[in-house]
Amino acid sequence: MQACVQQPLAEQAPVLVIDDLRIEFPAYKSTVKALNGVSLHVNPGEIVGVIGESGSGKSVTAMLSLRLLPERSYQVKSGSLSILGRDMLTAKEKDLLSVRGRDAAMIFQEPMTALNPTRRIGRQMLDVIIHHQRLSKAEAKAKAIALLRDMHIADPEQVMNSYPFELSGGMRQRVMIALAFSCDPQLLIADEPTTALDVTVQRQVLLLLREKARARGTAILLITHDMALVSQFCDRVYVMYTGAVVEQGVTAQVMADPRHPYTQGLLSGLPEQVEPGQDLMTIPGQVPNLSALPEGCTFLDRCAFATAQCLQRPPMQTIDAAADRKSACWLSAPSHATAQESRP
Amino acid sequence: MAFLNMLRKRLGGLLLVVFGVSLITFSISHLIPGDPARLIAGDRATDAIVENIRHQLGLDLPLYQQYGRYMLDLLHGDLGTSIRTHRPVLEDLQAFFPATLELALAALTLSILVGVPLGVLSAVYHNRFIDQVARTLAVTGISTPAFWLGLGLIVLFYGHLNWLPGSGRLDEGLDPPRTITGFYLIDTLLAGDTGLFFNALQHLILPAITLGFVNLGVVARQIRSAMLDQLGEDYIRTARAYGLSKWAVILRHALPNALIPSVTVLGLTLGDLLYGAVLTETVFAWPGMGAYVVKSIQSLDFPAVMGFAIMVSFIYVLLNMAIDLLYRLIDPRIGEVN
Amino acid sequence: MTTPITAPAVAPLPAASRWQDKWAYLAHQIRRSPLTMAGLLITLMVLLVMAFAPWLASHDPNALNLTQRLAAPSAAHWFGTDEVGRDLFSRVLYGSRQSVGVGLFVAFASCFAGGLLGCMSGIIGGRFDGLIMRLMDIMLSVPSLVLIMALAAALGPSLFNAMLAITLVRIPFYVRLARGQALSIRQMGYVKAAETFGAGRWHMVIWHVARNAMPPLLLQLSLDIGSAILMASALGFIGLGAQQPTAEWGAMVATGRNYILDQWWYSTFPGVAILITATGFNLLGDGVRDLLDPRQQGK
Repeated sequence: MQACVQQPLAEQAPVLVIDDLRIEFPAYKSTVKALNGVSLHVNPGEIVGVIGESGSGKSVTAMLSLRLLPERSYQVKSGSLSILGRDMLTAKEKDLLSVRGRDAAMIFQEPMTALNPTRRIGRQMLDVIIHHQRLSKAEAKAKAIALLRDMHIADPEQVMNSYPFELSGGMRQRVMIALAFSCDPQLLIADEPTTALDVTVQRQVLLLLREKARARGTAILLITHDMALVSQFCDRVYVMYTGAVVEQGVTAQVMADPRHPYTQGLLSGLPEQVEPGQDLMTIPGQVPNLSALPEGCTFLDRCAFATAQCLQRPPMQTIDAAADRKSACWLSAPSHATAQESRP
Repeated sequence: MAFLNMLRKRLGGLLLVVFGVSLITFSISHLIPGDPARLIAGDRATDAIVENIRHQLGLDLPLYQQYGRYMLDLLHGDLGTSIRTHRPVLEDLQAFFPATLELALAALTLSILVGVPLGVLSAVYHNRFIDQVARTLAVTGISTPAFWLGLGLIVLFYGHLNWLPGSGRLDEGLDPPRTITGFYLIDTLLAGDTGLFFNALQHLILPAITLGFVNLGVVARQIRSAMLDQLGEDYIRTARAYGLSKWAVILRHALPNALIPSVTVLGLTLGDLLYGAVLTETVFAWPGMGAYVVKSIQSLDFPAVMGFAIMVSFIYVLLNMAIDLLYRLIDPRIGEVN
Repeated sequence: MTTPITAPAVAPLPAASRWQDKWAYLAHQIRRSPLTMAGLLITLMVLLVMAFAPWLASHDPNALNLTQRLAAPSAAHWFGTDEVGRDLFSRVLYGSRQSVGVGLFVAFASCFAGGLLGCMSGIIGGRFDGLIMRLMDIMLSVPSLVLIMALAAALGPSLFNAMLAITLVRIPFYVRLARGQALSIRQMGYVKAAETFGAGRWHMVIWHVARNAMPPLLLQLSLDIGSAILMASALGFIGLGAQQPTAEWGAMVATGRNYILDQWWYSTFPGVAILITATGFNLLGDGVRDLLDPRQQGK
């Protein structure tokens, strides 16, 4: 892999491809339609943001990518999901084990609980390293120390000798990141990695994450509800609402010229000087019940620009094919360019 | 510091227990319509003899003085004299205790060996067929009358198949090994008598199964519940996200963490087994404290009953302390709380 | 992989508002749990047997027939006969009245007495509360089986005294539970409002508290019936419970023990009756706990 000729990033096959994915959770007398045709992809080395409110399906997407949702709790209705060309939805459990942690790693929201509370950090790191690589215990230990040092941890040996509860939240998340990079994955899925951290620590951790990813050529799928975070760290962004992508594009373009009213709402909640971590939800109304989604546009009830046309669900419409810029709103179609401009 | 606090609390509890147990059993023993002095003297004794015994035992004193005397004796380790065996109660209990402890430990071992895997399977296959089967088995264990199960096993394995003996600790006519620990399984080995060892082992099997089956349900339920708690934790998801196989996650991560809170529950079941052995010992004529106390109760031998209750409660408190200590040793987070 | 992992935030439950919806949801939950269903069916069956024993029994349970002593199970005597020729099937059916009756009585009586005492202790507080709680601590410190046996022996062997002894020993559990509830309710403040009705109307306060302390008490009660049945039969077995000629399962197993190697049926059927009945009540109790405490769902 490493030996092959270096190609421009965009021309390599994507590390993660999700195509028209629909899944449902059966519940009492109903089914929760958690994902309703999600399509997205992550190219090698790229940092891609997925943003949305809770219930948008962003975390389900992240969990499903490594097939970490409890089997039998959900049903795949259509679509596919592949990592490095391997279909994750049909793969055998045995094959998944070599993907998880090696080809694709994951970082979770709660560093407090994401590590086993009764095992020392060192043991937990060695477990993963030895599980995926043919290393002796001493080699694995040296590797773990190097990984922790890369995370700017001053005394790696002492950290390795600690239990998770003896470390601060920021320190634990650095350990998680070190663990995530232990097998040089092609893809890193980070599910709200800094939400549980202090505001001052958040930035440090994210900078570390980006620095390490750029150095290793690792792609990151960053799941978040924080628009400021996306604007500062992501190359491209997908905006999700009620289990589907409603807008996508290069971050700068989406930030400068949001086409979907939902994205506009998300951005309008952003003051000029944004404090990372601040809640941005200023859109009136509530996310509709996922077990009884309306026929038409799912944002209809909360939208200030709704027309009769919105009773039909709008498909994804390409705005700029070259930049893969799309939006799922009737108003964002090229024919409505005038309406677009006349907007307040 | 925390340790000293714990010790102080436990010792305080111990005093309360000994005081409470003696008070209750003392009150009960004076509720009985019969006259202990006459019981001791026998039917044909003259009134003068009965009166003499009454005086000797202090039964003619006011109740509070009698209780005071009893407590004073207790402080000197004197639990009184059994009306039925005419021996010091403490001596009787000391003689019978090892048999009960051996049985209880064997039952505990069996119930853990079967109950832990059962609880783990139940939690891993939560709400599926295996879980239903395991839960049914656990509830059945809790709902089985031990005395009836014991009889059933005797009929089957002694009466019909004649594979195993149905009563006692050794075959009739065999001499017990020289007492070192009081556990026949250990004493026979120390004496180097393997024949006697296997004889003792055979005698232990059916009573241990009987007593252990009832405990099995408690163990399986506890493990299932603790495992479900652990399997829902985030670190399990992390372990899976890093490629550990299903059973590696369950056995290396979830189970050890589930065992930590379970130690308390499992340890306390040993206390339940000690006095729960009462019925099992009666059925199998197992010469332990339980069979002794049933006979004592049936013959209204209250000094013996009081002694038994105090001793078992005492052991219970000591057991609690031991479990507290163990808990401190196995849970690294314990320092965090204090 | 079936390891339960916290599923992502989805709304699984509609807010059940109308009582029909609540019942439908309850029925759904019970149907989803085959073990609770089984417990419910067994319990209903046992209660029916209890109520209709005279109609279901094939013989008079106390009618002697010395020509038919210790007969093996047959078409005439489904469970065989005992040492004086009484029909064991009929005796087992009638036995449900003793055993299950004791179980129900003990559970309800100790729940009522303990609940009341606990509520009062929590409301009145002060020295009264301290005294009651010390007393309960002491009672809880004695091994329950020994205490029950000693009480039953001291009171004299009879089913009623056995019942009384088990009830007494179960009371402290309810006292603690009810007191805890009473204290937390008192902190919530609406007992204060009830107190303003006047000191003479404290029964209203008790009523307020008792109504709110009910769910945990009922839960404990449902879990207790099975063990009370077992305890009563154990007392019967060692001769401290029901006396001859009353048909009681534990005592029947005990008598049958004398014939155990040749007449296996004598001890077997009453024992199976205890096992099935206790299992039924315990399964139902588990189910009730799952329903009342969704956090514990299925544990």
